[in-house]
Amino acid sequence: MLRYALMRVVGAIPTLFLVVLVAFIMVRAAPGGPFDTDRVLPAEVAANIERAYHLDEPLPQQFRRYLTGVLRGDFGPSFRYSDYSVAELIRGALPVSVKLGVLAMALALCAGISAGLVAALRRNTLTDRVVSAIAMTGVSVPVIVIAPLLVLFFAVQLGWLPAGWSSSGGGSRWIMPIIALALPQIGFIARITRSSMIEVLESEFIRTARAQGLATATIVRYHAMKPALLPLLSYLGPAIAGIVTGAIVVEQIFGIPGLGRLFVQGAQNRDFTLVLGLVILYATVIILLNLVVDLLYGVLDPRVRRT
Amino acid sequence: MSGRAALLLFANAARSNRVLVASVVTIMLLAVVAIVGPLLSPHSHITTNLDARLLAPTLSSWHLFGTDDLGRDLFVRTLAGAQVTLLVAIVASAVSLLIGVTYGAVAGFFGGAVDAVMMRLVDVLYALPFTFFVILLMVVFERSLLLVFIAIGAVNWLDMARIVRGQTLSLKEREFVQAARLIGVSRLAIVLRHITPNLLGTVIVYVTLTIPQAILMESFLSFLGLGVQEPDASLGTLVNAGAGHMEQASWMLLAPATLLALILFCFNFLGDGLRDLTDPRKQK
Repeated sequence: MLRYALMRVVGAIPTLFLVVLVAFIMVRAAPGGPFDTDRVLPAEVAANIERAYHLDEPLPQQFRRYLTGVLRGDFGPSFRYSDYSVAELIRGALPVSVKLGVLAMALALCAGISAGLVAALRRNTLTDRVVSAIAMTGVSVPVIVIAPLLVLFFAVQLGWLPAGWSSSGGGSRWIMPIIALALPQIGFIARITRSSMIEVLESEFIRTARAQGLATATIVRYHAMKPALLPLLSYLGPAIAGIVTGAIVVEQIFGIPGLGRLFVQGAQNRDFTLVLGLVILYATVIILLNLVVDLLYGVLDPRVRRT
Repeated sequence: MSGRAALLLFANAARSNRVLVASVVTIMLLAVVAIVGPLLSPHSHITTNLDARLLAPTLSSWHLFGTDDLGRDLFVRTLAGAQVTLLVAIVASAVSLLIGVTYGAVAGFFGGAVDAVMMRLVDVLYALPFTFFVILLMVVFERSLLLVFIAIGAVNWLDMARIVRGQTLSLKEREFVQAARLIGVSRLAIVLRHITPNLLGTVIVYVTLTIPQAILMESFLSFLGLGVQEPDASLGTLVNAGAGHMEQASWMLLAPATLLALILFCFNFLGDGLRDLTDPRKQK
């Protein structure tokens, strides 16, 4: 297990390095400098700005400077919000995004697993069909459609929930963003749980348990649950990526001051350092969480460790 | 499964799986409407008319889906957006077919060190969170539809390459490939003439499974203002504009949102249906 864990951890390092390198090169390959404006700057001023941002150094040296900065959590100054560093902007927006993501993930897991189990246990009944239809809707209808429709229905038409984000608002402002973010994942998780539970219930050790006269509830709880939920673990990686990208849209629609909105604003203002820093942060989070999932898989399923 | 077997499969599907057939028919109908509709309408998708802003859907002046905040006809704009979406579906399929199948077949057929290096590269690319790189790409370079297509293509072929490689690995041990080798058919000809046609069934299924992801990516980028640019329309930009005006003009949101959801439903049902048909465990 230790060997497996070490190999996984060491394997993630080149990927992380590659992320920083590729992102850095892409930004530097941009046609035109970040400070190109319609106004022509005097040569000395331009040179001063370039020196202040270390743009006059050769590229490898710039990359080394950037990489050592990133390792210390320093992503450089923002190109557009000149009084802030990228790290400060990120630190301000991080908590609300983390809270949104974690709550949406928790909802997706609870609702998705319950719906999938119910559908599997009542296979080919009306309940199963209804759950499957709802799951297909979750899978097919993208967040960019769900979120505005929720606002239109529950905020504009019915007036039950607030449409936007007010800094003084209470818990109700969280309800729609979390549901919009969780819905597609609920669909995927319900489908995976349903099909894997059905497969497990048809396997021979469950038949044996049945033959011994165990109650269905006991079989499901003590025998079928663990193998049925194992495939879900490998879906956690894509689910996390889905929640993180979905949050970009949800924060944009509900006006939540999180990382996603910062990212979109940075992208629209062409704030290179901000976008570069956020890409690296997002990539790191996703790669690290995937690593955790891999390790968990190794703990729960001994067969994986040998490969 | 051979090419003929794949055709037979579709014929059988028509009898056994109504949802699958309904989605194929809907996609074809939508494609026809998306191409012909704008030609029949008296309006163009970029002409503004400040006297006809935010009109509700009406038959009288042929604003079937109403107009937007600049008085542009939403029927034509929504269909123009659907054209982009369907184009993305075609491009995504073409790229994953062209790059993915060739790459996977070559890696699988040659095996050994070639295979190891080629698949390791796929693994590394797979670990990168592409969505964020695509957004970075849109920030750094001039935004254009072509760049959206390149970005989608770059992601799309990875799955296909893996699947095709696995299939090729098992196909190349079969007798007919060994027979071809024995009579001196060149390696390239074996891959092109004997292995690739036998991959067709699997490949068709997986192509349809990747299409919804490509469509999602395009609408996501356009929604954020990083894909298709004004005055051109994509379903993503239209949903974004509609979300901004939903209080006065809910039709601006409802028309493109419904169409996008409908297209994704059809492609998801199509992919699921085909996968179930070819899954031996689900055949009784």
